[in-house]
Formats: sequence, structure tokens, C-alpha cells
Amino acid sequence: MQEIIQYLFSGITTGSIYAVIAVGLSMLYSSTELINFSHGEFVMLGAMGIVTIWVHLALPLPLAFVLTVAAVAFMGMLFERLAIRTAKKHQPITLVIITVGASILLRGVAMIIWGKDPFSVPPFSSHDSIEIAGAALVPQSLFIVVAAFILAGAIHLFFKQTLTGKAMVACAVNKKAAWLSGIPSETMGVLAFIISTGTGAAAGIFIAPITMSSYDMGTMLGLKGFCAAMIGGLGSLWGAFAGGILLGVLESLGAGLISSGLKDAIAFILLLLILYICPGGLFSAKISKRF
Amino acid sequence: MIIVAEQKRIFIEHTLFIITVILCGLLIENTYYLQIMTFIGINTLLALGLNMLMGYAGQVSLGHAAFYGIGAYSTAILSTTFGLSPWIALVCAVGGAIFVAFIVGLPTLKLSGYYLGMGTLGFGMIVNITFREWSSVTGGSSGFVGIPMLELGSIVFEAGRSYFFLVWAVVFVAIVLCRRILNSRMGRALRSIHDGENASMAVGVNTHFLKLQIFMFSAALGSIAGFLYAHFVMFISPDSFGFMVSVKMVTMVVIGGMASVWGAILGSSLLTLLPEVLHSFEEYEMIIFGLILMVVMIFMPQGLTRGLIDIYEHSRKNSNRIKVNNKRAN
Repeated sequence: MQEIIQYLFSGITTGSIYAVIAVGLSMLYSSTELINFSHGEFVMLGAMGIVTIWVHLALPLPLAFVLTVAAVAFMGMLFERLAIRTAKKHQPITLVIITVGASILLRGVAMIIWGKDPFSVPPFSSHDSIEIAGAALVPQSLFIVVAAFILAGAIHLFFKQTLTGKAMVACAVNKKAAWLSGIPSETMGVLAFIISTGTGAAAGIFIAPITMSSYDMGTMLGLKGFCAAMIGGLGSLWGAFAGGILLGVLESLGAGLISSGLKDAIAFILLLLILYICPGGLFSAKISKRF
Repeated sequence: MIIVAEQKRIFIEHTLFIITVILCGLLIENTYYLQIMTFIGINTLLALGLNMLMGYAGQVSLGHAAFYGIGAYSTAILSTTFGLSPWIALVCAVGGAIFVAFIVGLPTLKLSGYYLGMGTLGFGMIVNITFREWSSVTGGSSGFVGIPMLELGSIVFEAGRSYFFLVWAVVFVAIVLCRRILNSRMGRALRSIHDGENASMAVGVNTHFLKLQIFMFSAALGSIAGFLYAHFVMFISPDSFGFMVSVKMVTMVVIGGMASVWGAILGSSLLTLLPEVLHSFEEYEMIIFGLILMVVMIFMPQGLTRGLIDIYEHSRKNSNRIKVNNKRAN
């Protein structure tokens, strides 16, 4: 019992990181109908950014957080402007390859800047762990989960309450109609990229103290983010969030109770099950047809 | 008449292909070059199979390296661990890949769009993780060593000239096979799925079964490529069949130009040669590779075959226009 609670704690912690990655992907998909295969690399850039700005340059944590997210979001904007917008009218499969090319490029850049050795980041808070029902809860986990919820909540509020957010939703629903009613859909596309890569960077920052960060950490994280977004239903914000948490918990339970070799496979087994049983995802009824 | 002309063209193309292969095989002395050309042949097999699925039937697979891996690991396990003849192992590998493709394709090919891409991706990842984690059988992430060489009667296929001819002979057979399929009733039905699945269903094409058949066919080609790869390098590890390899296969098909047999050869040659050329850049290899991939896809979304033809036609049109303008000016 005590073990299971311990697994649950660690599962929810990693799950909330997957959730943030999935939210970024899912949001980008709903506004631009693009699946960004380089999303994981932006997560990696977030983690590496915090290594440099917080650990090496020793700036205060909140400032380092903001700086990293801003820098990565700026790179996301560059990526949209230089690569995606020029190729906007291409077939989805070519767009997918362009994003894969970008992921290889970013990985190469990161390898040159940070080298091949993994870095470790000290925990964000040095408080002692709290004991609940015999299982230890590290305050840092609490911090990550709360931050993930705040982030998703902020995105939710942005879409529901602000004019810009509503304009983005309008673009996602029908680009032409949105354009006719005076919404600059191109600006909204850039904005979607900025928010998506920014949340990716935040996810990278959250994961940095939990695992070792290296230039090639992004691919697997990105793929698991897809799985989470698919499980929740592509295009739904809280669906993606719930998918992420679910994935994290099942992964942690599976690795702990069955076999640790199974850990990475769980996400994909879950993905296939979801696709076969309810392809629209658990929390969305819409079935997409693309390609 | 048209059919006769078409047959003549195909005959000329095939003859040219055979002559080129024989000349390359006989004239090239450098083992390194022969080795790279052998890899191009293996990758061409992969691209041909995937091209049938993507270019003609319009179904994307992001997990095709799984079949490549199944071919390689089946022959490695059967011929090394169990000491069977590699040729029996080949039959088992192809049979196994087709069977897996059937089981996986049955539910997966009902999906479409990104969902199909993600489904195949998930399948590929699961197979790859199995290779890595089932270490008592597959050797785990450190790989599988000691795969025997291929022998046929008194001929031993060593890395070098004989293996080069073996691989390209298989490629030739595969090309002929693909063309026969494409020019048959099945090929026409296949292209109709690409243009509109509902329409082809309406004229009586059993689209799901056809997609499944072509999926199984491309899986078979992939596993043959895996078989040839395993006995060529004699060492395999899970990394050779991971997600990036699946992506590379898709890239070969798209960069070469979809729905073209020669495009598959062009794409696989480029993607095999590029890393070799970029080796000299060492650390910058990944950056340059990524950049080339992006630039080609941004500016030539139809692939290089189509893109180069377009550029050629465009420049001819331009020069014609200049000529016409000059005449007018005169």
C-alpha cells in the first residue's frame, strides 16, 4: 500500500510534466492543425536553459525561469516565421518532415553548445519531505504539480477570457471565417507557436531537477507528450492535461509493480489501445481526418 | 499502342538499370564504395516498400523500421541461436513480418490522418522497446553479435562485390514486382484509394483489405531488407531500428518523390550518402543534416525528382519568354 502511494506520488509528478508538454502540443494542433515533432526539443532547450541560466550563471530562480521560457518561445517564433510559414501550403507529411528536420537541427545545436554529457539540476526547494501514509512526498513534486496546474489554468483563462485568446479559438474553429471577421490569422499562428514552445520550455524546467538533462532527452519526452495528447483527445486542453497525468501514473505503477523495462512501452501500448477503442481520445468526440 | 510504348519504356529502363548495376559492381574496386552502394540497395528496398504504402495507397507509416528490425532479429536469432540455415530463417522472417503486419494492420489501417501516423509510430516504438528489453533473446541494447555470413552452394556472400550483386539483384526483383503490382488491377485500385477512399469504396474496391495487403507487402520488403542488413554487418542493435530510422525511411520516400519507383532509389541514395559526406563535418553533422532536410522540404515539397523537373521546366519557360521578348523588341 505504502509503495503504491509512493508510485502514485512520483507518477503524478512526472504526469503533470507530460501534461504540460501535451497541452502545448494539443494547443498548437488545434490552432494550426500541425503536429510539431520538434516539440520535445523545445522541452530539452528549456531544461538546458535552466542549467545554464540558473545553475551556471546563478541568477535567481524566478528570473531564470522567465528568461528561459522567453528565450525558447523566441526560438519557437523564429521556427514558425522561417520554416513553417514559408511552407504553410504543403501537405501535412512534408510539414511533419520539416519539423523532424528542425528537431535534428536543434539537437545538433544543443550538442555543440552543451556537449554530450548529461547535467543535473539541484532541487528547487530544500525543504524536508513530508510523510503521508508512510510514503515520502518531496515538496518539489508539490511545487511542480501546482505549477503545472497554474500553467494549464492560465492557458484556459487566456482562451476563455481574453480577446486574443478568443480570437485564437476562432481561428482554430474556422480560419476563413475568423479572417473574414477581421482576425489576423497569421499573427494567431505565431502566437500559438510562442505559447506552445513556451509551455514546452516550462515543462523542460520542471523536469530538469527530476532527471538528468542532456541534448538527446527531447525525443522521448516529445513522443510521450503526443501519447498523452492522443489519450486525452487531440485539440482538447484539459483532455491533454488529464491524459498526461494518467500516463504518468500508469507508467510509474507499471514500472514499479510489473517491470522497469516496461516503463517506456506503457505510453505506446496505451496509445494503441486508445486508438483502437476510441480513436477520438478519452475526452473528445471529434475524429480528425488529415493527410 | 500506348501500352506497347509503355512496355518498351519499362524494358529500356530496366535494361539501363541492370547495366548500371553491373558496371558499378565490376568497375568499382574500393570496398568502402561497394559497401555504401550495398547500403543504398538495402535502403532502396525499404523505400520501395514504404513508397507502395505512402506514395500509391496514401497511407503513412511512422513505424516501418519495426518490420526492418523484425527481419533482422528473426534471422539473427534463428541462424545464430538456433543454428538454422539463413535461407530457412529468411522464410521465417518474411512470414513473421507479414503475420505481424496482418495483426497490426487489421485495426491500425482503419485509422486515418495523424491518427494512423501515431498508431504506426506506437507500434514501431513497442517493437523497438521489445528488442531492447528482451535481452535474453535479442541481446538487449548492447546488440546481437556473431550473425553468420550468407552462403549459397559454394558461393560465400562476403561484404564486398558478391554482396553488392546479391542486394541489387533483390532490388531489381523488387522493382519489377512493384511495377507489376502497380500496373495490375490492384495497382489501379490502390491509386484510387489515394485519390479518394470513399469514391473507390463506392465503385466496389475493398479498400480496407487492399490497404492491408499492401501493408503486408511493404512489411515483407522491409523484413527482406532487414535480413540482408543483418547478414551484411553481422551485428545488429536496437538503435538501427528505432523511431529515427522510421522517420528516415519516410524522408527517403518523400525526398525522392512519392509515387515513383526511381524516386525511391534517388531518396535512399541521398539519405545514405549524405551522412557519409557529412562525417567530415563531425560535430556539425546533425545541424547540416537537419538544415538540408528542412530546406529541401520547404522549397521542394514534391520531392527532388519533381522539384528538379519543375526548376528545369521553369527555367526553360523563362528562357523562352526572354526569347519571345527579345523578338518583340527587335
